[in-house]
Amino acid sequence: MVKKNWREFARNNVVTIMFIVLCAVCMVLSGYTPSYVVYELFGRLSRNAFIVLALIIPIIAGMGINFAITIGAMAAQIACILVIEWGIQGFTSFLAAAALTVPMAALFGFGIGKILNKMKGQEMIGGMILGYFANGLYQLLCLFIFDNIIPINNPDLTITGSTGIANTIDLAKNGMANSLESLWKLPAYQAVLVFAAVIAIILLIGYARSPRKNAKRLGIQIGTLAAVCVIMQIPAVKELFSMVMVPMATFGLVALLCVFNVVIMRTRLGQQFRAVGQSRVVANAAGINVDKVRIIAITISTVLAGWGQLIFVQNLGAFQTYGAADQVGLYAGAAILVGGASVVRATNTQALLGTVLFHLMFILAPAAGKNLLGNAAIGEYFRVFMCYGVIALALVMHAWSSVAPRKKLKGGDKATDKA
Amino acid sequence: MAAEYILEMKDITKKYGENTVLSEVSLKVRPGEIHALLGENGAGKSTLMNVLFGMPVIHATGGFGGEVLIDGQSTHIASPHDAMIKGIGMVHQEFMLLPGFTITENIKLNREITTPSLLSRVFGKNLETLDMTAMARDARKALDSVGMSIDEYTLVKGLPVGYMQFVEIAREIDKTGVRLLVFDEPTAVLTESEADQLIKVMKEIAARGIAIIFITHRLDEVIAAADGVTILRDGQFVADVRTKDTDVTRLAEMMIGRKGESAFVTAEPRAFADDAPVALDVRHLAVDMPGEQVRDVSLTVHEGEIFGIGGLAGQGKVGIPNGIMGVYDAEGEVTLFGEPVKLNDAHAALKSGMAMVSEDRRGVGLLLEESIEDNIVFNAMQVNGEYTKNILGASLRDNRGIREHANRMIKDLDIRCFGAVQHTGTLSGGNQQKVCIARALTMKPKLLFVSEPTRGIDIGAKKLVLETLVKLNREQGMTIVMVSSELMELRSICDRIAIVAEGEVVDVLPVDSPDADFGLAMSGIKPGREA
Repeated sequence: MVKKNWREFARNNVVTIMFIVLCAVCMVLSGYTPSYVVYELFGRLSRNAFIVLALIIPIIAGMGINFAITIGAMAAQIACILVIEWGIQGFTSFLAAAALTVPMAALFGFGIGKILNKMKGQEMIGGMILGYFANGLYQLLCLFIFDNIIPINNPDLTITGSTGIANTIDLAKNGMANSLESLWKLPAYQAVLVFAAVIAIILLIGYARSPRKNAKRLGIQIGTLAAVCVIMQIPAVKELFSMVMVPMATFGLVALLCVFNVVIMRTRLGQQFRAVGQSRVVANAAGINVDKVRIIAITISTVLAGWGQLIFVQNLGAFQTYGAADQVGLYAGAAILVGGASVVRATNTQALLGTVLFHLMFILAPAAGKNLLGNAAIGEYFRVFMCYGVIALALVMHAWSSVAPRKKLKGGDKATDKA
Repeated sequence: MAAEYILEMKDITKKYGENTVLSEVSLKVRPGEIHALLGENGAGKSTLMNVLFGMPVIHATGGFGGEVLIDGQSTHIASPHDAMIKGIGMVHQEFMLLPGFTITENIKLNREITTPSLLSRVFGKNLETLDMTAMARDARKALDSVGMSIDEYTLVKGLPVGYMQFVEIAREIDKTGVRLLVFDEPTAVLTESEADQLIKVMKEIAARGIAIIFITHRLDEVIAAADGVTILRDGQFVADVRTKDTDVTRLAEMMIGRKGESAFVTAEPRAFADDAPVALDVRHLAVDMPGEQVRDVSLTVHEGEIFGIGGLAGQGKVGIPNGIMGVYDAEGEVTLFGEPVKLNDAHAALKSGMAMVSEDRRGVGLLLEESIEDNIVFNAMQVNGEYTKNILGASLRDNRGIREHANRMIKDLDIRCFGAVQHTGTLSGGNQQKVCIARALTMKPKLLFVSEPTRGIDIGAKKLVLETLVKLNREQGMTIVMVSSELMELRSICDRIAIVAEGEVVDVLPVDSPDADFGLAMSGIKPGREA
């Protein structure tokens, strides 16, 4: 029985296990020091985690991986361009861009939702193609409409000697770059204390309000938090995290989004997401407006993805006008799948674990490739092809696992027939 | 003041285009009564219920004639939601449950109990937090009232089918103000003891003053559970009787009845001796066809016979030819003229000399984008390699041969078309059916299966199709196995008729058996016929 459970577990998490093994091998081959890897990882985590978390709601609402988050990312980039054009400075410019992203991304999300409702069952490929199509419109906007029809007066934004938006947008000049990170930074061992304190307070409030006072569970939770805090103060561990300065605001937002994903599932709307995700027919029979629920799910995801892209670009300090959004959907989708999510099930933990593993691979693969084969390009090639491989594997796994239970069911049927 | 009837449907008439499916049907249900609604497939039971629930399909096709009274008040039911508000609930035949939700969540789906939260104050009522404790309390109460002791936090996934049925009932009871519950064939998926339990629960619900309409085809359950019965046949109201004044046989008679002798083909049934040569022998066939499960069927068809297979929809009769022909997964032993037939292999089945005219004309039967002639010769080309010529090692289509054959078939079967190259998708249903028959005949089969050959085609075409079958049988001696939901058709041309219920052959009857025998067999009761 135990053996069977292990096999079941391994089969359900084959992608994740494979990635952990690969990461371990690459870690050895790369020759990087652990503290450098941890430093790099934290940087990438703060950039990417938010956008991966934006994928969860559509998955639960039964629409698969929302590859159309690319379009949300485009909304964020348009917002950035406008904010720079209007000369808004510093952290205010980040807030302004975030505010500006909301109506644009919501409008796009609404449109995407409308279109996806016409292609039920094909949402993933539909979202992906919509992303390519939107890219065309976005290029038209940046190459022609901006600067020709809508005047752009900031010379930094336009191509010198021609019209249209420049290839690279520099966010350092107006002080948007790193404006979120630089709000509040703490060394890792202190950051842990802050987060642990916040989580503990939330747990205590939850305990006080819950009708079933589960003191044992609370004890374990608080105990775990305390243990993590203590471990972080051990010199060896401190050394590992020595290079990391945790951007508190960014991780705070990621934590907030995790909480949001949990809380919304406990509301009536969340119940509708889950119901629609499991069966549109049953949800409809219960009087739920299925199309509307799906549009809401996609709209929320698109807006969140827009914010995610803002966090991403302000962290990097610049972005490629015509290329930055292209791979967003693909990389985020691959990351959440690596974490063990499927196209029908996803949790916060899976999204975060997936982001960690996927980016660990990004950090380690080129170096490992270089050391192993003397060529960094091989490693680079490897990680790109892994990304597509993971998505393909996850889709096959999904098809496979939905066939397997049917077979079993049939066997069961036969047994009862004879009885 | 309480009216005598909680629900009264008066002179309900419903037409789909020219086709009258309900004609002046009445249904009266008293408060706290269990009222059975009885009838064959196509008798109009579902249409009557669609009218009651104000289904969009009714309103979209021109509404209906007649009057619906609830508590003696004339009402207009605009939509299923409206019906729910007026206190009419439905226990579906297919479970409307979400497997990944707990029983509580399913019972309370879209009627959740919520408390305001920070989010909801900003974004509206939809973001109020669920009050799971209160929901569970309600669910517990509803479960108790259907006699289920199972924990209300259990996931629906993995529950036995019978339990799901009770969860479904609990959900309907939990709705406030329910006065009338419709049970659509609730016992179809239950074991015997579960069915007994269900009837007990139904009686308890009725005792609390909630009226129940009980749709079923199991006559013994009608007698056991119902107070009154309304019987429909061919969209006509037949009778409204008290169960205490009737019995199973009388009910069966009324359900089947002798229909008006329409202009149908009649072929004299012939008797075959038991030791006559056997064409097809089926032993313990089980077929995994969704919606038409065959559990254990054994039957013998003699050479030169027209053998009918009848029964209600969903009981498995359609699964029999589909299983033998390798369209769906099957198990068992099938012998054709003494040769064993390999199951689960459509190519081998066709090769062995059987052909089938499928009930799913547009899905399995025809390539709609292709011409009539290509459809007619398709199987013969692919399976037998006919209508091809060999040039330099490549086998090419024999276009002239195909055209000649197609034109002959078009003439023989009177296929109405512009020519052999017309696409089959543009033909009428009857003519499509004839193309299917032509294709089956092109295989020169020794045994022909025809499954629901007259479904969805007009009277004239029906007659022609049936005549063609008789002609093939009498003139060419082809053995034919015909599956049909229309008992009348089977009785008009078959030599013997097997009635299938719940995936098993209940009885093989001569065509001139009394109506009651057929009625009883359809509800799974083998009549005590003198041998």
